[in-house]
Amino acid sequence: MRRDFPVLQQQVYGKPLVYLDNAATSQAPQAVIDAMNRFYLEYRSNVHRGVYHLSERATEAYEGTRVKVRKFLNVASDREIVFTRGATESINLVAHSYGRKFLREGDEIVISHMEHHSNIVPWQLVCGMTGAVLKVIPINDRGELIWEEFEKLLGPKTRFVSIVHVSNSLGTINPVKRIIDRAHEIGAKVLLDGAQAVSHMRVDAQKLDCDFFAFSGHKLFGATGTGVLYGKSELLNAMPPYQGGGDMIKLVTFEKTTWNDLPLKFEAGTPNIAGFIGLGAAIDYLEELDFEAAIRHERELLVYGTKVLSTIPRLKLIGTAENKTGIFSFVLENIHPHDVATILDREGIAIRAGHHCTQPVMQRFNIPATSRASLAFYNTKEEIDALARGIYKVLEIFK
Amino acid sequence: MSELNELNDLYREVILDHARHPRNKGALPSADRKAEGYNPLCGDRVILTVKLDSGVIADVRFEGSGCAISTASASILTETLKGKTEAEFSGLFDKFHTLVTSGGEAPATASEWGKLAVFEGVREFPMRVKCATLSWHTLKAALENKQEPVTTEE
Ligand SMILES: Cc1ncc(COP(=O)(O)O)c(C=O)c1O
Repeated sequence: MRRDFPVLQQQVYGKPLVYLDNAATSQAPQAVIDAMNRFYLEYRSNVHRGVYHLSERATEAYEGTRVKVRKFLNVASDREIVFTRGATESINLVAHSYGRKFLREGDEIVISHMEHHSNIVPWQLVCGMTGAVLKVIPINDRGELIWEEFEKLLGPKTRFVSIVHVSNSLGTINPVKRIIDRAHEIGAKVLLDGAQAVSHMRVDAQKLDCDFFAFSGHKLFGATGTGVLYGKSELLNAMPPYQGGGDMIKLVTFEKTTWNDLPLKFEAGTPNIAGFIGLGAAIDYLEELDFEAAIRHERELLVYGTKVLSTIPRLKLIGTAENKTGIFSFVLENIHPHDVATILDREGIAIRAGHHCTQPVMQRFNIPATSRASLAFYNTKEEIDALARGIYKVLEIFK
Repeated sequence: MSELNELNDLYREVILDHARHPRNKGALPSADRKAEGYNPLCGDRVILTVKLDSGVIADVRFEGSGCAISTASASILTETLKGKTEAEFSGLFDKFHTLVTSGGEAPATASEWGKLAVFEGVREFPMRVKCATLSWHTLKAALENKQEPVTTEE
């Protein structure tokens, strides 16, 4: 299975590449690359417009991915799947389109202290435009949401809850079903930022009953610049377009324009066609691979890695939630994460160092940054051992 | 082996020493210039306070948190620049930038450079150039009396 991923087959500085930055971007299997190449080699053309063979093929492949995503998330209708540039754009779409139409001065939007900047800033922008107010659920020392505090934040003014499904800097899996049910009880809508969820677990959007769900293709072994927004059709129908342009209209005159039907109303302009064809291939790949088995393997690596890293002196794991995915965020006493990442890099080990676009999390733990090793199903125990050896080298240099 | 040598070049003993025991750390209560530098990519922050005496950098100190490279750079910068004129700083600023980004040019004589020469190893680590230059940009901003925090992402 590892052999399916060309990028993983290389050496860096003379050492086998150990790729542990999957939370930022995961690698694409050959099948995804082939599918995208085939588009360029055989039928590159625009979608929805051409009445000729190539465009029909492109449209069929592009729309085919929509069907695959719909099944992957188990939602009712293809019309509820909007293609975007990424999780970031998906969230911005909801914040701007839904927020500007339905949020008023004094309305409250609830997010959490562990959000990615992508799920903070768009809401701040909307608050600035509407007079709505942002409320933040605090987190405990393990990096878990504090439920009682969430309950306290909910009130008659709560209109929207936008919450990360799985934290990218802590690995925490949030109790999203409970959150959604609770929010619905008081009539609030819920968006899940699923950027870190879809590659590590089965997501059933209907069962969760979330109103919106956002993720990025490149974290699901597909192309960069592809994203998905799932939204319940009655909400998407009620929302105004987010951007104007080609393909999102039915009829344009200078006096009046009528919007296209879902989901095209939200897909202005020429999309990343090859990328979405690749995303379809990525979903096919996961299903053929036995996604459940891949998830089990990753889970074992999480347990193994936690054990190995916990024995390293001067190392502290940040994010020790009971329920978490394969993300090891850590700090080494008196050593800055950048120095850790540079030294590991020369061992061929790719990890991330920094605030991971979650600066409030860093503030919560009173640290400037962490080193983060994040898993995908293609990682191995040997790679975790290599990581541990690399960390010992860091300790040696900074002894 | 070469990658190990490069690591040793980056993390020279002098750099590690200054990272562990930064000189001139803290704030100057009597400062007449102050600037803040920020690297939004990693969240590192440095604040420089400067005491000027008719065009001469009479005293300079730094606060903040960063990696070994940025801490050592701030520490050595403050040591080197104390007693130098603003004009001398400008000259060194350009040379330091060339030093850490390669540019091909050999650094000037060791005596002029003093400890600054240890940053030559940074050129093999392009991602770390910003760490090495953050405090320099911040000092420049302080001398130019800039109020806005400077960032590495101009
Ligand atoms: C939790 C979370 N939300 C949102 C994003 C943004 O994703 P993208 O940059 O692909 O739009 C990320 C990516 O790091 C993430 O981890």
